[in-house]
Amino acid sequence: MSLFHATVRVTPRPGLLDPEGKAIHHALESLGYDGVGEVRVGKAITLEVEAASRDEALARVDEMCRKLLANPVTEDYRIELSEEEGGTP
Amino acid sequence: MSVKLRVAVVTFPGSNCDHDCYRAFRLLDGVEPEFRWHREAELDGVDAVVLPGGFSYGDYLRAGSIARFSPIMESVVRFAREGGPVLGICNGFQILCEAGLLPGALLRNNGLRFRSHDVHIRVENPGTPFTSRYEPHQVLRVPIAHGEGNYHAAPEVLAELEGAGRIVFRYCTPDGTLSEAANPNGSAHHIAGIVNEAGNVLGMMPHPERAVEPVLGSSDGAPLFESLLDHLAAAAPHAGELTT
Repeated sequence: MSLFHATVRVTPRPGLLDPEGKAIHHALESLGYDGVGEVRVGKAITLEVEAASRDEALARVDEMCRKLLANPVTEDYRIELSEEEGGTP
Repeated sequence: MSVKLRVAVVTFPGSNCDHDCYRAFRLLDGVEPEFRWHREAELDGVDAVVLPGGFSYGDYLRAGSIARFSPIMESVVRFAREGGPVLGICNGFQILCEAGLLPGALLRNNGLRFRSHDVHIRVENPGTPFTSRYEPHQVLRVPIAHGEGNYHAAPEVLAELEGAGRIVFRYCTPDGTLSEAANPNGSAHHIAGIVNEAGNVLGMMPHPERAVEPVLGSSDGAPLFESLLDHLAAAAPHAGELTT
């Protein structure tokens, strides 16, 4: 088994109103930052996952995203995965 | 002794309207509300289930997303799929959406603020088990208290809700007019409450249980609970009758 570090990035789906992102955009404007386009706010969830292979780790995290970590009605997710150096063979 | 209808009020860690719901039923005859802890696995033959408002699990991750996996929810989902009446109020509505018993999702209010005040809602469908004591387009004054009540669903889902009369309540002005100003959270189509396809699962953001007696400032929510009891009594003809 190897230990994998997964980062799940959950973001509001395109086109969906993101009032939090809008509020931050206004704040950036009032600070004088011109030329800032759309601001979207999501969340990053980091997980440690033990699995026999990279594929298995990815499949498990993907399942977690579909069941719990993201709401498919309103959110998209992206998984980044890295294997810990020196994992037990 | 009389056989009373039994209504389960589910308490999750963070529920804070469970006692209000309990009391709303206590004010009525012929029904026995009971608190059920979310860790319990079985509903044990109750006639209806209420998922009350609050902040289950601190609204962590997404409102309702963790409560939806509480042990009792498996029984609630089964009960609902078998046609049992389930009422989800505020956080309960969010839990029903997360559990897939109702379509769509509740997003952050469009004004970003937590809104806690009375609103007016219009009864769009008096033909549900929860609204039979209301008149079509009757306007009710009931409180809201939520930060995430902005109902969102895909356009085809909204079309289905509209076409099938599944939008039960809409936010409106005191005289029953729909307007953006009267929509406290940006909900699509002014939606304040919807039912599932079979009509036995109602989710709503406003709190009818906080408007059931004059001392609360409004009694407009009481007929919702009375409607539910009418429905249950009709479904279980022996309930409420005298037996020895």
